[in-house]
Amino acid sequence: MTQEFVLETCGLTKEFRGFTAVDDVNLQVREGHIHALIGPNGAGKTTVFNLLTKFLPPTRGEILYRGRPITAMRANEIARLGLVRSFQISAVFAHMTALENVRVALQRRLGTSFHFWRSERSLEPLNERALALLAEVGLQDYADVLTVEMPYGRKRALEVATTLALEPTVMLLDEPTQGMGAEDVDRIVELIRRVSKGRTVLMVEHNLSVVSRLCDRITVLARGAVLAEGDYASVSQDPRVREAYMGSEAADAEEVSA
Amino acid sequence: MMATTHSLTPSMQRRRRARQRRGALYLALLGIGLVAPFVAYPVFLMKVLCFALFACAFNLLLGYAGLLSFGHAAFLATGGYVTGFLLSSYPGLTPETGILAGTLAGVALGLVFGALAIRRQGIYFAMVTLALAQMMFFFFIQAPFTGGEDGLHGVPRGQLFGLVDLSSNLAMYYFVFAVFVIGFAIIQRTVHSPFGQVLKAIRENEPRAVSLGYNVDAYKLLAFVISAGLAGLAGSTKTVVFQLASLTDAHWHMSGEVILMTLLGGVGTLFGPLVGSGLVVSLQTQLAQSPLGNWVSVILGAIFVICVLSFRSGIVGEVQKLVRRNFK
Repeated sequence: MTQEFVLETCGLTKEFRGFTAVDDVNLQVREGHIHALIGPNGAGKTTVFNLLTKFLPPTRGEILYRGRPITAMRANEIARLGLVRSFQISAVFAHMTALENVRVALQRRLGTSFHFWRSERSLEPLNERALALLAEVGLQDYADVLTVEMPYGRKRALEVATTLALEPTVMLLDEPTQGMGAEDVDRIVELIRRVSKGRTVLMVEHNLSVVSRLCDRITVLARGAVLAEGDYASVSQDPRVREAYMGSEAADAEEVSA
Repeated sequence: MMATTHSLTPSMQRRRRARQRRGALYLALLGIGLVAPFVAYPVFLMKVLCFALFACAFNLLLGYAGLLSFGHAAFLATGGYVTGFLLSSYPGLTPETGILAGTLAGVALGLVFGALAIRRQGIYFAMVTLALAQMMFFFFIQAPFTGGEDGLHGVPRGQLFGLVDLSSNLAMYYFVFAVFVIGFAIIQRTVHSPFGQVLKAIRENEPRAVSLGYNVDAYKLLAFVISAGLAGLAGSTKTVVFQLASLTDAHWHMSGEVILMTLLGGVGTLFGPLVGSGLVVSLQTQLAQSPLGNWVSVILGAIFVICVLSFRSGIVGEVQKLVRRNFK
C-alpha cells in the first residue's frame, strides 16, 4: 500500500435495514488532489461522507488514512487527525460572532477547554490568528458580526475559515456551493482553489461547472456503488455516466418534447 | 455595526463598557442583598435565595448547554438529606461541613445520572433524568435515614465554623446570601470561560462541534455535574435554613417547578432564574395566605401557559430585547 493515497476505503458498505445506501465502495484519494464525489440524487454521496468522518458507523469495510486503519475511531478523533468536514447546510455557530466561531476551533489547542474556572479573556491571544483566518476568506469586516446576521455565502466562507483553523490535511466539503448565487459560487470556487494549496480536498458537488473548474479527479457514484472514476474529460465522456447522471434529465427532456 | 480591519478596538471598547455595566449591576444587587433582611422577612428571602440558586444551577444546563433535565429534584433532595442526616446524627459537625458533604453528594449523583443520560438527546434525555429521579424518590421513601414520609425534622443549624451561631435568622441570612453569591459567581464564571465557549458551540451546532474535534459528551457531562453539585448546594443550604429535609424536595413537582422558575425569569440569561424564583416563591407565599390558597397550582399553571405562549424569552429575556431595541 503506497503512501500517495491519503484517504482510502476498502469495500465500504452501509446498509439501513436491508437497504444498501453505500455498496462496496473503494475510494482512493491522492495526496494534494481536489477530488470530487458526484452522482445523481440518492447515490449515497453524503452517506459516504458521513462514513468517512465517522458520523455513521459502516456496516462493512475499512477506512484508511495514510495507510492506517481509522475505521474504529470516533468522529472527534478523526477531526484531531486532520480530517475535517463541512456540512451540506452551513454549519456555523449562529449566536456567536464570526471571530468567536473561528476562535472556538483554535482554542482546543490551548488545552484549556475544560477550564470552567478560567476567564474567557484568556482566549484573547487567539484573536490575532482568528482575524488572520477571517482575512484569508475575505471576512475581516465581519469579525464582530453575529453569524446569524451574515449573508448565506459569507456563512459558507466562515465555515471554511473555521475549518482552516484546525490546519486540516484533508478537507471534506459537502456541497460547498449548494444554494448559492453565481457570484457567491465564483467566490467559493476561488476560495477552495486557494486554500487547497498543500492540502487534499474531497468534495461532494452537484454543480458540474464547479467540478470541471476545480477538480483533479472525479468519482461517480450511482445507487451507492462506484460507477466510474477519472478526470473530468474522461468521466464526462463515459456513456454509463451520461446515462446515470444525465439520464433522468435527458429522459425528462424527451418526455417534454414528445 | 460593522468593524473595519484594524478595529478590534471598538468591539473591545463595547465589551469593556458591557463589562463595566455588568459590574455596576452586580454591585447594586450586592447592596440590595445586604440591606434586604431589614426590609423583608429574612426567612422568606432565604427561601428565595435557595430556590434561586437551584434555578440558576438548572439554567446552566438548559440555557447554556441546551440540556433539559427533568430530574433536578433528585440533586436538591440528595443534598438536603445528606446534610440533614449528618447534622442530626453528629452533633459535633459544623453546618458548613454538612453543606459541603451535601454538595459533594450532589456532584456524585450528578456523575452517575450524567453518565447514564448524556448520550440521549432531547426528550429522551429528559425522560431518562425523570426516571432516575423517580428512582431516587422511592429510595428516599424506603431508606432508613430519611425519615420516610415524615422527613427529617429539627436539623440543628449549629454554629458556622464553630463560631457564629446560626439560630439567629439575620446571621443565617447572611450565610445563605454568601452561599448564593458564591454559587452565582461559579455559574457566571463557567458561562464566560473557555469551557463556556465550547458549551455554547455545542448548543448552537453539535455536529459541527464534533467535527472540530470536541468530545461533546465529556463537555455536557461536566456541565451536568457542575449543575448537579450546585443544586445539591441549594438543597443542603435549604435544609439548614428550614431545619427540615422532606420528600417535597424529591418529588417530580419540584423538577417541574424549577423549569417554571427558569422559563418565567428567562432561560439562558444569568439573572432570569433569580427573578423567576423570586416571583414564584412570592406568589406561593402570598396565595397560600389568601382565600385562593387551594388554587396555587392552577394559577402557576396559567402563568406558565401565558409565559410560554406570549413571552418566550421570559421576563429578563424580554427586558433585554427591549433594551437592545431602544438603546442601540
